[in-house]
Amino acid sequence: MLIFERWKVILCALAVLFGVAFTVPNLLPASVLASAPSWLPHQTLNLGLDLQGGSYLLEEVDTAALKAGKLNELVEDTRTTLRDAQIGFSGLALVNGVVNVHIDNPGQTQSAVTALQKLAIPVGTTGVREVQIVSGADQMVHLSITDQAMAMDTADAVSQDIEIVRKRIDSLGTREPAITRQGLDRIVIEAPGESDPEKLKAVIGETAKLTFQMVDDTVTPQMMASEEVPPDDEVLPSEEGAPMAVNRRAVVSGEMLTDARQSFDQNGRPSISFRFNGVGAKRFGDTTLQNVGKRFAIVIDDKILSAPVIQEAILGGSGQITGNFTAESASNLALELRSGALPAPLKAIEQRTVGAELGADSVRSGAIAGIIAVVLIGAFMVLAYGVVFGGIAVVGLIANMCMVIAAMTTGGATLTLPGIAGLILTIAMAVDANVLIYERIRDEERSGRKPVMAIDHGFARATESILDANITTLISAIILFIFAGGGGPVKGFAWTLSIGVCTSVFSALFITRALVVWWFNATRAKRLPI
Amino acid sequence: MSFWPLIRLLPKETHFKFVSFAPFAAIASAIAVIASCVSLAVLGLNLGVDFQGGTSLEILTPGPAPVAAIRADLAKMGVSDAQIQPFGDPRAAMIKYERVQGVEPAEAVTQVKAKLAADFKGIQFTSEEAVGATISGELLTGGLEALGVAIALMLAYIWFRFQLQFGMGAVIALAHDIILTMGMLSFFHIEFSLPSIAALLTVIGYSMNEKVISFDRLRENLRKYKKMPLRDIINLSENERLSRTMITGATALLALSGMLFLGGPTIRPTIIAMVFGIVVGTYSSIYVALPVILLWGVNRHDDAEPTNLAPARP
Repeated sequence: MLIFERWKVILCALAVLFGVAFTVPNLLPASVLASAPSWLPHQTLNLGLDLQGGSYLLEEVDTAALKAGKLNELVEDTRTTLRDAQIGFSGLALVNGVVNVHIDNPGQTQSAVTALQKLAIPVGTTGVREVQIVSGADQMVHLSITDQAMAMDTADAVSQDIEIVRKRIDSLGTREPAITRQGLDRIVIEAPGESDPEKLKAVIGETAKLTFQMVDDTVTPQMMASEEVPPDDEVLPSEEGAPMAVNRRAVVSGEMLTDARQSFDQNGRPSISFRFNGVGAKRFGDTTLQNVGKRFAIVIDDKILSAPVIQEAILGGSGQITGNFTAESASNLALELRSGALPAPLKAIEQRTVGAELGADSVRSGAIAGIIAVVLIGAFMVLAYGVVFGGIAVVGLIANMCMVIAAMTTGGATLTLPGIAGLILTIAMAVDANVLIYERIRDEERSGRKPVMAIDHGFARATESILDANITTLISAIILFIFAGGGGPVKGFAWTLSIGVCTSVFSALFITRALVVWWFNATRAKRLPI
Repeated sequence: MSFWPLIRLLPKETHFKFVSFAPFAAIASAIAVIASCVSLAVLGLNLGVDFQGGTSLEILTPGPAPVAAIRADLAKMGVSDAQIQPFGDPRAAMIKYERVQGVEPAEAVTQVKAKLAADFKGIQFTSEEAVGATISGELLTGGLEALGVAIALMLAYIWFRFQLQFGMGAVIALAHDIILTMGMLSFFHIEFSLPSIAALLTVIGYSMNEKVISFDRLRENLRKYKKMPLRDIINLSENERLSRTMITGATALLALSGMLFLGGPTIRPTIIAMVFGIVVGTYSSIYVALPVILLWGVNRHDDAEPTNLAPARP
């Protein structure tokens, strides 16, 4: 009489039950599954993008552009700060990432540095400041952005980018897009079912940057032609005709928008209604109050949309942009304004797309290949080891497959095309454990042991080999999981292989053993049929 | 005795002199390794976009794929190094090119697709990959690191479980398997991409599996027959595990055969590498790992780790 502890039998039964319960929903058509009682598991396997079709995009933050933008801001901030402090200066310029300025009056250099200190706001809690200010020889002051500030700004910009990208992609109605950060300055976008990555790239790439800037009417077209505009003005093209000179410093900008909607103006033409937050409303109110009669320019993406004259102070913080819109273009622009400009521009550095049909083909051929593998191995094992031991191997094999699929289903793992290859290879590895056990049992019986002892020793001796052999496979699977880049497919393979190794050890040492013990105790065979 | 189960047809005891063939096998292995290295050096690996950077597009056209016209169209766009191959179906083709002048592949692919869609009515893009140079460099480094770390950990594990000699034997055999598999991929110009790294790691896993089983037997017999020469023990151990080696090899190949023939052209390079690696891994367990151990010798007095199992013969 061979003994197999009751708790192990219960464990096997539970494992098989778990395997079958969570595998079956994967095999049922969706309509049948939907009408199944609610207490049955309904979860199905997560298919990778290569099996269900979809797009994978890896976008990188353009840190160089981000830094250039910040440095330009610093130049403008320096100009206004010194002007407000009434300190005369010249030669304000950006050289190799450092802002240089020459202070006219030697006696004012120190007060210039003091005035500029307000730009050096502390970054985080580290005591490091955003801007480093150094007064050099010859009344020069140098300002630079610290590396720590740059790193923190990049991190912030990526977080904001992720939020904005999420909003924009959600507006496309793509189902369950996954948007995650990778490393410091990368964003991964996985959109299942989206087989047109261009649509994704288009919404990600759009930068609707809105600013309101005062028009400098003192600048004449002649001055613009000879490039003699004042340094704090810039010349922007206009949709209404000739380019205009506007103040570089924006009165309000897109970040201060709380809402933007497509609407109609009093003439029934499509327009965009907007609303500013508190800061924006106050600044917009103050500026319009001081500049009644002057023009301000509505600038979108460095292009002047219109430049209306301020009739009266606009104090409520809301307004309307009219222009040459159709209902659709107004609505699109409103969406872009609403979701805001990306604080840091992104560029696509990796893109992978699989069409839904190709994915479905892969699932079909993978399923057929899997069935062929199981049938061939099953037939081979029954031919090689007979009905009893071959049959036990086949039962163990099927139980093992169910457990792998169930573990992947409940664990939220993703099945990919290479993963199917991993699953099929797992079948072979699982059979290897059975073969090891059977060969050991045969050895033991051949060396003169009674069946009961042969089975007992056979399992005992095979256990060590099985564990050693599978641990090495597990090591390579885990390494693959850690090192594999390129998103889903290869990781999916590593997942499948790791889970498969664990379940096949369990199925060989527990399920096969339970079945062999059960068969032996039932038949009390005098000789083992292998 | 009946003919079924077929396992009974295998001779109960075999007495192949495995070790006698070792010198010939060593020559064959040396030639194969050198040939692989030459092939890798001269022909190089057919790197996929994962590792080289660039773009690959799988297209489906309403009629037979107009390969020449597509090539001409791409050349006009400044894509000069495009390879266009039939891909399974005659209506399908795979376009692969490394770069468009000065533009990130993931950005350039937009224009390329738009132009092809305009010039060839009804063209469909069933699958596309565009990988920038930074990423492909990272993927290649990551892949090679993975192989290196895997081999190092295997060495450590075998050293820990057996002896250093066994670990060295296994690692030399693993290097042999990887070089041969990569040489084969290079010689037949089979694409080497991210899934190929997965295939190589699987080959490592399988090959290690073989070695561990072989070492297990060897260690057991070393303890059992303290006076027998190492050479004879190796022969005995290999004969004892011969039926298992054949059955497991056969099932692994059977399992992959369905995927090899029906898995479609995307996964085929991966499966080819796996099948080849399984065959080579089985061979190298017998003819690379064990000869290394034989030449190096083993520590026969190492009883520090006695077996916890009952001896086979009382």
